[in-house]
Amino acid sequence: MNLKFKNKRISGILTVLPENEVMFDDEIDNYNFSKAQSMKLKLVMGYDKRRVVKEGTTSSDLCIYGMNYLFDNSLLKKEDIDALLLVTQSPDYFIPPTSHIIHGKLGLKQDMVSMDINQGCSGYIVGLNQAFMLLDQDSIKKVVLLNADVLSLKVSKRDRNSCPIIGDGAAITIVENDTSEKAIYSSVKVEGKGAEALIIPAGGFRTPSTKETAVLQEDQSGNLRALDHLKMKGDDVFNFVQREVPTMIQEVLQKSGYNKDDIDCYMFHQPNRFMLKKLADKIGVPHQKMPNNIVENFGNASGVSIPTAISFNLGDKLLKDSFLVCMAGFGTGLNWASLVMRLEHLKFCEIINYK
Amino acid sequence: MKTTIHNLLSEIRPEFDFSQSSNFVAEGLLDSFDIVQLVTALDEAYNISIDGVDILPENFSNVESIKATLIKNGATT
Repeated sequence: MNLKFKNKRISGILTVLPENEVMFDDEIDNYNFSKAQSMKLKLVMGYDKRRVVKEGTTSSDLCIYGMNYLFDNSLLKKEDIDALLLVTQSPDYFIPPTSHIIHGKLGLKQDMVSMDINQGCSGYIVGLNQAFMLLDQDSIKKVVLLNADVLSLKVSKRDRNSCPIIGDGAAITIVENDTSEKAIYSSVKVEGKGAEALIIPAGGFRTPSTKETAVLQEDQSGNLRALDHLKMKGDDVFNFVQREVPTMIQEVLQKSGYNKDDIDCYMFHQPNRFMLKKLADKIGVPHQKMPNNIVENFGNASGVSIPTAISFNLGDKLLKDSFLVCMAGFGTGLNWASLVMRLEHLKFCEIINYK
Repeated sequence: MKTTIHNLLSEIRPEFDFSQSSNFVAEGLLDSFDIVQLVTALDEAYNISIDGVDILPENFSNVESIKATLIKNGATT
């Protein structure tokens, strides 16, 4: 599905990362593979450092920390927020919505929209689209989009498929109306038949967590995980991404009227270095236009990875300069979504550490 | 081309004798992470980029299928 928006802009991006860092080299012995094999993979996939929360830290903690940073530094006023959207797969509770917990702890006004959206790797694009739609209402002038996940707590430390890439974090994006006529183009697609490619099988209402669901089991590849843990069918996800994402990018570029060389940066979800290099090759753009350095520096925090890539690779250049950016998220769902828009003259674009 | 393929396979999994296997994947000589390493090594050796949609187990199950995948993706020697 193609979407088009006008008179909207992103005015600020703040990424909040846990201070706690773990190293791939320190975890190699957790896996049922030779050290030599794991070290080769480290280079190809970009496994290195990950930021993960300490047990007890939740998605809302990261968001509240970042929001208070914005308030304290006069980068955002509480009374200006008309909508609070939280995209997460790791809510504090099933009930109530985590966005409401954040709303309450921040003391925001009652006359506003607050909602959770359950989306994963494409959650940044889904969240932005939702923010743009809300801004079509006369009463909504400013939307705060929160992306946050702490999925490292749901990954088996003995699962080499997932553990070396999963990081935690949050991102706060301010989306507001703009007088500019520059259009924003988006494409959103879904294939629910692939829903089990990325799943935490137990812990919901279908299969509640029990002693049995916490027992580690070995898969065919030698990884150990429980039903309570994130399970990723890496091959299926890789093949789906390589098959579907380049076509979607072609479509969104065609709709936008830009060609691939007009785009300054391809800020894509950050699953691993290998997958991104293959996507860049297939789409036909130089590797340096599609950064792949987030997994190696911070880990993949699902919907947080695109704003992290923007904050890390463009940062304060976005305060003065203008970049035509193509974003794409893909994964859980299965869902894949893209967006072409201009990012320019942001009020802030930075990474801070959660302490 | 076959010699290069054999050499690269032996570098990735030196503990296996690939000449004795008819299906590297089904017989457990290569897993998906090994295929990722193999693709990276082949891309470098032949100065190509194997298309992501071709990175399927059946295209890396024996030397012939690997050779066919290389040729399809522009490898010439």
